[in-house]
Amino acid sequence: MISEIAAWLLDPAHWTGGEGVLRQSWLHLLYCVFAVCAAAVIAIPLGLYIGHTGRGSVLVVAFGNAVRALPTLGLVTGLAMLYQGSAALAALVVLAFPAVLSGTYAGVNAVPADAVDAARGMGMSSAQRLWQVELPNALPLLMGGVRNAMLQVMATTAIAAYVGLGGLGKLLIEGQAIRHYDQMASAAILIALLAVLVDLVLAGLTRLLVPRGVMLVVAETGAGPRGRREQR
Amino acid sequence: MIDELVRYLSSPSNREVLLEQLGQHVYLALVPLIAGVSLALPLGRLAQRVRWLRGALLGTAGVVYTIPSLAVFVLLPGIIGTGYTSPVNIVIALTLYTTALLVRPVVDALESVPTHVTVAATAMGYRPHRRFLAVELPLAVPALTSAVRVASVSNISLVSVGALVGSGGLGRLFMVGFERPDLVQIPVGIVLTVLLALLVDLLLVVGWRSLTPWERAGRAVIGS
Repeated sequence: MISEIAAWLLDPAHWTGGEGVLRQSWLHLLYCVFAVCAAAVIAIPLGLYIGHTGRGSVLVVAFGNAVRALPTLGLVTGLAMLYQGSAALAALVVLAFPAVLSGTYAGVNAVPADAVDAARGMGMSSAQRLWQVELPNALPLLMGGVRNAMLQVMATTAIAAYVGLGGLGKLLIEGQAIRHYDQMASAAILIALLAVLVDLVLAGLTRLLVPRGVMLVVAETGAGPRGRREQR
Repeated sequence: MIDELVRYLSSPSNREVLLEQLGQHVYLALVPLIAGVSLALPLGRLAQRVRWLRGALLGTAGVVYTIPSLAVFVLLPGIIGTGYTSPVNIVIALTLYTTALLVRPVVDALESVPTHVTVAATAMGYRPHRRFLAVELPLAVPALTSAVRVASVSNISLVSVGALVGSGGLGRLFMVGFERPDLVQIPVGIVLTVLLALLVDLLLVVGWRSLTPWERAGRAVIGS
């Protein structure tokens, strides 16, 4: 069976063309990046605001838990039925939102009060404290939230192929329809590889973005992006 | 909408199917939760004690957790040789996820036990294994609860995905509803899944309180 899967994966005809692996991988990636970015554009400022002012923090936790309980397949099929297949993209944004929001909020909330007080004592304004103290210190957890959102969205994009959204899930669902396990397994391997690869890229991006000083504190005290693996 | 819902729920055969799917859903979500907790505890203990294993275990857990569920559901039968639509695939896949999710919190929870407590237990004559079971594990429960709650909610939500590869559970409602199409079954499925997640979460909180009576006793003393 392994040889059949390898044969499927190595067949160049499966890689090119409109239905090929390359194009579907690209679509898969595109949908995921779009969904996480769309969610982040609203969730990061909102999370910073809530963390900075402390207003509405109870809502963040409750909202995050409620969305976590939502069955992704139900959300995707429901939206696709009410509108059309591409409405599944909206489901991806909805699922990415709470992970980014709670990561951002948790990041700001975890900034040591001493540091914020010291910044205030040095005469920093509210905006300066937010941009120069709270945001850099929040970055490890914030990026943890983005990674959480990305893996959630990667998994859901594969599922959304069922309602007609493109991407690698499409190869899997089509393989299932014609009962070709080699195609299904190949698609599943590609989906897994893409998810792991994107997570690695985000981990690298975190290293680039987080200032060295914050990284040193994380390494020394063990405080940092703990428990960031929360949901998929 | 309301009429359709009433009509759907008033049919005995629909209710029967719904109950059966609910039962399967509970089974498919909770068996892996229990199996995952039982696996994560010894693995977390191992990672805490054996330094060089720690990175390997936590790293593997991280990678497992990154792999989308649908991919695991499809690949598992090929690897372990079970039938393609067998519920065993779902149970094993979710056990893997639960274990991967819990290993790090177990390590953190065990490390949160204050050193003076373990030292005192040793001085009182506890051997390492008994000390682990009687002192460290109970004290780690509060720190573990939140992770177990996340795992239970995430399992209950993930079982639905299994419907795509032919397993039972409430996820069937989404597929039947989408293919018919029938606008009642999808909301019914979503609401039942969320209610189930809330109910199990509540039970876990109640269970946690009965497992850690000292937490309340401590608070009462401090409060008085």
